[in-house]
Amino acid sequence: MRRAPAIVLVVLLSILAAGCGRSSNKASSDTTGTAAASCKKSDLNLVNSGQLTAGTDNPAFPPWFGGNEKAPWKVSDPYSGQGYESAVTYAVAKKLGFAKSEVKWIVVPFNTAFAPGPKKFDFDINQISSTPARAKAVDFSDSYYDVNQALVVVKGTKIASATSIAALKPYKFGAQLGTTSYDYIVNNIKPSKQPAVFDTNDAAVAALKNKQIDGLVVDLPTAFYVTSVQVPNGKILGQFPTTATPEHFGMVFEKGNSLVSCVNDALAQLRADGTLKSLQAKWLQADAPVLK
Amino acid sequence: MTAGGEGRRGVTIAVLSTIVFFTVLVLAITHAPGWPEVRQTFFNWQEFKASMPEIARAFLLNVKIFLISEAFILPLALALAVIRSLPGPVFFPLRVLGIAYADFFRGVPTILVIALLGFGAPALQLSWVPLSTTFWGIVALTLVYTAYVSEVYRAGIESVHPSQNAAARSLGLSHWQSLQKVVLPQAVRRVIPPLLNDFIGLQKDTALVGFLGSVEAFKQSQIDAAATFNYTPFVAAAVLFVALTIPLARFTDWLVLRDRRRRQATGG
Repeated sequence: MRRAPAIVLVVLLSILAAGCGRSSNKASSDTTGTAAASCKKSDLNLVNSGQLTAGTDNPAFPPWFGGNEKAPWKVSDPYSGQGYESAVTYAVAKKLGFAKSEVKWIVVPFNTAFAPGPKKFDFDINQISSTPARAKAVDFSDSYYDVNQALVVVKGTKIASATSIAALKPYKFGAQLGTTSYDYIVNNIKPSKQPAVFDTNDAAVAALKNKQIDGLVVDLPTAFYVTSVQVPNGKILGQFPTTATPEHFGMVFEKGNSLVSCVNDALAQLRADGTLKSLQAKWLQADAPVLK
Repeated sequence: MTAGGEGRRGVTIAVLSTIVFFTVLVLAITHAPGWPEVRQTFFNWQEFKASMPEIARAFLLNVKIFLISEAFILPLALALAVIRSLPGPVFFPLRVLGIAYADFFRGVPTILVIALLGFGAPALQLSWVPLSTTFWGIVALTLVYTAYVSEVYRAGIESVHPSQNAAARSLGLSHWQSLQKVVLPQAVRRVIPPLLNDFIGLQKDTALVGFLGSVEAFKQSQIDAAATFNYTPFVAAAVLFVALTIPLARFTDWLVLRDRRRRQATGG
């Protein structure tokens, strides 16, 4: 009676161990895609061959994504080619030789963009700042947008009359999780109150509307969207000066993915021929007074 | 807690089976093809050390939240349980309210209650409504856990044999006196282990308050994880929660054991 369960346990665990052994053989052949050097479409290291799989979070917010919302996407539609990140993705895809119909979008919540293991996307494009610490876990493309942080406040509140960074210290700030806005608050504004950090853009906006935070720090193009659509009585108090280590958005790739260099080539061409600049002019407003 | 009650042979089998079990488990995990990556991403000692001080500081907010919540939950839940056990048709509306409350707050996901109160109440723009997210987090957890804990109390009250109440009443005690002096003292003592169980649940659910923007331990670990693209800070936060719940869980076990011994000793 007593011995039976123990034997069953040992047998079960042996099966488990054997199962793991088998999968290790299989996976070792999966990770040999780093040799490709050519950027010919047929040589690219892709999740699904013949198709470029791009990831971003849902909802996909303007001005980064545009078009009318189309299920399963909310707020906008990445397939539209409208909005800066969608437009850049299609421009890169074209340089790599993909037709518009060969680009597929999948939902990648920010937190899963850097989950270990094989990625479901070729690259993730979701206003993710490239930093050396993050680059230890994933590969970033070169910059497709050099970003400045900006401060959104509600008109008529006390903070709305502040004119310098030094005058911002006594206020409570909020930022969205995963953005470098939080670091900017902590390292540059150094406020006396603990900043709030929100999982989503919506939660941050709700807190600003409720006056639970005095100011919301977001990247400048997002600040324009927040003030024009999400917080009607909101106002961009100003953008923050570029810090010693300028910030830029990069596409996220699985570590060691050979596709990065091909995307970088494409981005370099788009930068050289002025495409990136004209797409920025088309989709992103980026003019606001600089807070000193 | 014991090795199976068969003396030395039982101990030997328990030790052997434990060694075999964990050896196979550890081997299975560490020989998995993705283990180096998993270890680097979840169990990176450098990241652990780097993130721990800030997470530990943020954890004080969790402690504050569950201590204050629990101080309200225990008396409120008892009151609710008493209301639900009031006899007679006169108290029917009160009983219905009590049932509706318990059903509602046990049914709605805690995170929703937190979001609804934390963002909804301040959105009313009433000047006397507090804006603090921590305040609303505490209110939400108190509401939800009062519903759970009142069920625990009620189970305790109902476990006291009706003859106890009948005897008390026959001695001339009123319903209220009987409840206060005879039923509740026995009921509460019996439900201390499940009360502590809910207290442990409350401790973990303080992490949900982070949804409102409060930087508690889990939110701080999310911030660190997002900054480094490494999940080790989550593990650091988990270590803190576990460090708090394990002693409490063992204490609960000890209470159960003590209670059982006592009852066996008195034959009741």
